[in-house]
Amino acid sequence: MKDQFLSVEKLAVGYGKTTIVKNIQFGLNEGELCGVVGINGIGKSTLLRTLARLQPKLQGEISIRQNKLTALSSQELAKNISVVLTDPIATRNLTVLELIALGRQPYTNWMGRLNANDVTKINECLQLFQIEALKGKKCYELSDGQLQRVLIARAMAQDTPIIMLDEPTTHLDLYHKVHIVKLLKDLAHDFGKTILFTSHEIELAIQLCDKILILDGAENPFGTTAELIDKGSFTRLFPHEVVQFDPNSGTFKISK
Amino acid sequence: MRRSKSYRISFVVLFIALVLSLLLNISLGSVSIPFPTVLRAIFKGSIENESWLYIITDYRIPKAITAILVGSGLAVSGLLMQTLFRNPLAGPFVLGISSGASLGAALLLMGASLFSGLVIYGLASSIALALAASLGSFLVLLVVILVANYVRDTMALLIIGLMFGSITSALVGVLAYFSDAEQLQRFIFWSFGSVGNLSWPQISILLGITVIGFLIALFLVKYLNAYLLGENYAKSLGVPLKRSRLWIIIAAGLLAGGVTAFAGPIAFVGLAVPHLTRQIFDTTEHRVLLPAVMLYGAILMLLCDTLAQLPSATIVLPINAITSIVGAPVVIWLLVRKRKLIF
Repeated sequence: MKDQFLSVEKLAVGYGKTTIVKNIQFGLNEGELCGVVGINGIGKSTLLRTLARLQPKLQGEISIRQNKLTALSSQELAKNISVVLTDPIATRNLTVLELIALGRQPYTNWMGRLNANDVTKINECLQLFQIEALKGKKCYELSDGQLQRVLIARAMAQDTPIIMLDEPTTHLDLYHKVHIVKLLKDLAHDFGKTILFTSHEIELAIQLCDKILILDGAENPFGTTAELIDKGSFTRLFPHEVVQFDPNSGTFKISK
Repeated sequence: MRRSKSYRISFVVLFIALVLSLLLNISLGSVSIPFPTVLRAIFKGSIENESWLYIITDYRIPKAITAILVGSGLAVSGLLMQTLFRNPLAGPFVLGISSGASLGAALLLMGASLFSGLVIYGLASSIALALAASLGSFLVLLVVILVANYVRDTMALLIIGLMFGSITSALVGVLAYFSDAEQLQRFIFWSFGSVGNLSWPQISILLGITVIGFLIALFLVKYLNAYLLGENYAKSLGVPLKRSRLWIIIAAGLLAGGVTAFAGPIAFVGLAVPHLTRQIFDTTEHRVLLPAVMLYGAILMLLCDTLAQLPSATIVLPINAITSIVGAPVVIWLLVRKRKLIF
């Protein structure tokens, strides 16, 4: 795994002296979409925040292009990893354009002034995400689905090889959930982005992700959907008497 | 890209308003001096009437400059605190800095009754008062900075700052309880706030403090914009959270502390001017807000000071009362008209 673009070795995450989940080990290549799934409270968000260096790791190693994550300066980090978090943005009075423009901060001068290249990147993002019509709107005027697209566009404007998203499909209906994950897949495959997102939507991840990391608090299996089905990892995810996994259809059913 | 043309026009209008309110402030006062004479005194430095010249150059101009520094300093301090704490109710004094200054002033003015013999009455000159208030605000600022280094949560820091404010206010209360009427009166007069008692050397110190505060704030503009998304997003954009937070506190503390030390605890301006500016400019971009709040703060303070000295030929009303009486209805009117808070 060490020679992969993003590699994680024997990682333990948590807060202070409390370990939430340990023994996490996986590697991702450029252009891969990876879903992190697991039951509530298992530590998906804590893992994502640790991977983005928003909080310190407890043990193990995270590397980008074989460089340790801890060795990167905050500026270098901002040019390598962008995030979409569940935190509500503090000021919803920003216009869509202003919000996306903030994604260019790692590249701007000390005053935050945008140059021609920044403006081009921002316009490309507006086109790519088909949100040009929204650019003058304030964030509080947007629907949940629109805001999520805008936040992903902001991450895209940050122009990082890695994008990490915490629960990007929460609060969305099925159509918008599929839409967002497909969008992420396109960004990974067409633009070579390495994308990692946490989700409760295991079936969606099974159908659309290149790789899946299952946090189960023990082995934390990682691999392609087929590999994980073969290993029986999905079958062991929930108590059998409550939810059963059907390996043929890749779906879960409620036990009778 | 960011309506820069309309901003430019607004800034030109604001600058003209500043010049007009400055001229108005210098022209009006208890002694009536004809406007052309005032202009001659300002631009040529010499007029026939010596006492008028003295009033203009040694009283009205220093007072107007103090008003500008006080208004813009408090407004920038308030803007910094509101952005750092992402709280529309935050002002320059939320970290207990003004209470620290009050404690310093109270110890000097009223401490005599507690530590009889230790405090010499003659010390309570305006310079000693400014020094004591500066020391008080500086000490509170120092403690807040030390705490900020340990406490990660910005909201916890806000509460801690408010607690510091409560403790120092309570100490002031204790001092007041044990003071005699004359001492209490002097302290109350100080707490009314005033922009009129500063000598040129004092103004240059205040100017130095505010310029340093403004420069730090200017270098923080990019980070302040990132703070609009929240701390985690700011961090992911490369903002050094701990360091930037410390500098924001230092800048806001210097401005609020310096102003309070020299002009007393002037309320309202720091809290309201950032709101006023956001409502009028309809933006959250700090490259626009920072110069805009400086201009609005200065104009508001000049106008309030002009009003404070108008009602009677001899009485000057406390500036603290005027800022709130004039400013609050303006903010209420803006909020009611736009029906929402732009924050």
